[in-house]
Amino acid sequence: MSSNDVLGRTEGGDLRLAGLTKRYGSFTAVDDLDLTVPQGSFFALLGASGCGKTTTLRMVSGLEEPTAGRIFLGDQDVTDRKPYRRPVNTVFQNYALFPHLDIYENVAFGLRRRGVKDVKKPVTDMLDLVELGHLAKRKPGQLSGGQQQRIALARALINQPQVLLLDEPLGALDLKLRRQMQIELKRIQLEVGLTFVHVTHDQEEAMTMADTIAVMNAGRIEQMGSPAELYENPSTTFVANFLGQSNLLTGTVEGVDGDVVTVTAHGQRLTLDAARCPVRSGAVILGVRPEKVHLARTGAEIPAGHNRLTGGTVVDTSFIGVSTQYLVTLATGEEVSVFEQNTGREIQRPGTEVVVHWDPSQGFGLEGGQDIEAGAADIEEDAA
Amino acid sequence: MTAVVPSPELTEPVEPPPSARKPKRNWTPWVLLAPGLLWLVVFFLVPIFTSVSASVQTGDYDDGFKLTWHWANYSQALTDYGVQYLHSGIYSVLCTVFCLALGYPVAYFIAFKGGKYKSLLMALVIVPSFTSFLIRTIAWKTILADNGPVVQFLNDAHVLKLTSALGWTVGNHVLASPAAVVCGMVYNFLPFTILPLYTSLEKIDPRLHEAGHDLYCSPFTTWRRVTLPLSMPGVIGGTLLTFIPAIGDYINAQLLGNPNTGVVGQKIEDLFLRNTQGYPVGSAISVVMMVGTLVLVMSYIRKAGTEDLI
Repeated sequence: MSSNDVLGRTEGGDLRLAGLTKRYGSFTAVDDLDLTVPQGSFFALLGASGCGKTTTLRMVSGLEEPTAGRIFLGDQDVTDRKPYRRPVNTVFQNYALFPHLDIYENVAFGLRRRGVKDVKKPVTDMLDLVELGHLAKRKPGQLSGGQQQRIALARALINQPQVLLLDEPLGALDLKLRRQMQIELKRIQLEVGLTFVHVTHDQEEAMTMADTIAVMNAGRIEQMGSPAELYENPSTTFVANFLGQSNLLTGTVEGVDGDVVTVTAHGQRLTLDAARCPVRSGAVILGVRPEKVHLARTGAEIPAGHNRLTGGTVVDTSFIGVSTQYLVTLATGEEVSVFEQNTGREIQRPGTEVVVHWDPSQGFGLEGGQDIEAGAADIEEDAA
Repeated sequence: MTAVVPSPELTEPVEPPPSARKPKRNWTPWVLLAPGLLWLVVFFLVPIFTSVSASVQTGDYDDGFKLTWHWANYSQALTDYGVQYLHSGIYSVLCTVFCLALGYPVAYFIAFKGGKYKSLLMALVIVPSFTSFLIRTIAWKTILADNGPVVQFLNDAHVLKLTSALGWTVGNHVLASPAAVVCGMVYNFLPFTILPLYTSLEKIDPRLHEAGHDLYCSPFTTWRRVTLPLSMPGVIGGTLLTFIPAIGDYINAQLLGNPNTGVVGQKIEDLFLRNTQGYPVGSAISVVMMVGTLVLVMSYIRKAGTEDLI
């Protein structure tokens, strides 16, 4: 423990939450959360508003006191430490730059409070890192949103926190700037090598930047893993709907034959990779992403071995340029979305009778009995 | 090469030069300003002019006053009332300091901890002002009465021995002493300190406090480095709104003081109302006070460096 400094920073410190709980009266914002964020990783807490992600972040920063549970940084328990005694810094949602100080002093603030004598070099370096050295003498009010955001990042990063917390830092920026800042943030994270914990409701943002994503819902972690893992193998309908879109069909497992699970859904026989299906009997939910589904006119040839749902009618066609998005209604009333890449295929007009089909290895299975709409409504809410 | 596309300048609608536009005078702002301007002329410019003019006149009430450019009024005004200037200055500065010390925590509490009771709490600060200034001041005679609990307590605690030795109180009384005058002033002017302080504190984003805590500031350091600098407009506004009326106040000195606590206002009143030849010197003192206050206030604002107020 010889490497501890004033604020108790240690080498090799993972952030670990153990049984972390926060209740407001009868409402449980964060419910018995266990989580380990490895040092140096870019970790995203993803969820709809009110899922407890920001509360979790505020407990790590010390701005909120947990009702129960502990927070560890490396081998140190920091649960009872005041926020100003934790080696953790936050980039706030609305930046919270000090309006009375110029950019230089805003960035130097943390160093000065810790009694660092020579702040000139670190501040200049940090302003260079975020490429805003020329604005050092301006006041925050004179900067654009994107510039303020980068200053907020610089002000936190300069303290070399053991964990940097980002609370929806890109939420106030427009789409183009947000994309640019996502790449920028990732670049900076790789450059400084600190642990970043990023809170967001934007799944695309989380997928672009994070090494590991934890999807939160109602104060609990639904699933955690790399973006590709979560996308390809969601473990709940919430994750399947919240991260991208999914076509979910309720069915029953008919039998397991080696690597293949056979399912009946809406009177049609479908197959699944056993490795991607946790269910071996009874109710199952079969999922497939819209970009993995293909359309064929009824009667047209379909590749052998493909799962197929017959008796569909195109009800909506949206040509987006890069792809065409279809909504197909099956005879049973189920709706299936299909994204077809713009590779010069014929565009099917609404009213066309079609068969939807996909490679069985592209589908995934989920435990039956779940609400197949879970997580989908949240996206609409955010879009509204 | 034939120009098919007209140059972009030509397609732009050409703004007519300002001189070519029809001159149209807009009277609305003047009409709206008229009542205010009229008020200022009648109740501000005219009285200032008569005061300044009276300050260099001679004469008496029965024979009338004549403009004789009698500058000696000013030497009299400046030399004969030193004690009163001193008292006015000391009492108003003390009043301002105590109001700030008492008002800042109150305003801070209401602004940051008041929650849904903010408006109610601010109303409580202002409500006493609905009673007459005189009545509120006279009420302090009861509060500080010799047989009242305050004086009893201070006597029992032997505090009055000390304060009387220092000249703040007299014997074992609080009434009719400099302390009573300052108490009355602080009480009467406190809302004038709290209101601007509250307004500027309330504007501060509480998330800045969190940012302070996040960046290694203890609660006190956060206040010192973030809240205080951001509330400076309120501090300056509040102290000015307190100091300016306080330096001219004489009701508190008259009702709660003694003959040795005379302030400038009392002298001006004497000269105007109880001295047939007093108008010129009274006016001269008024002008001195006005100029003096103005100079003090301007240098204070300059020193505090707040342009928002001017």
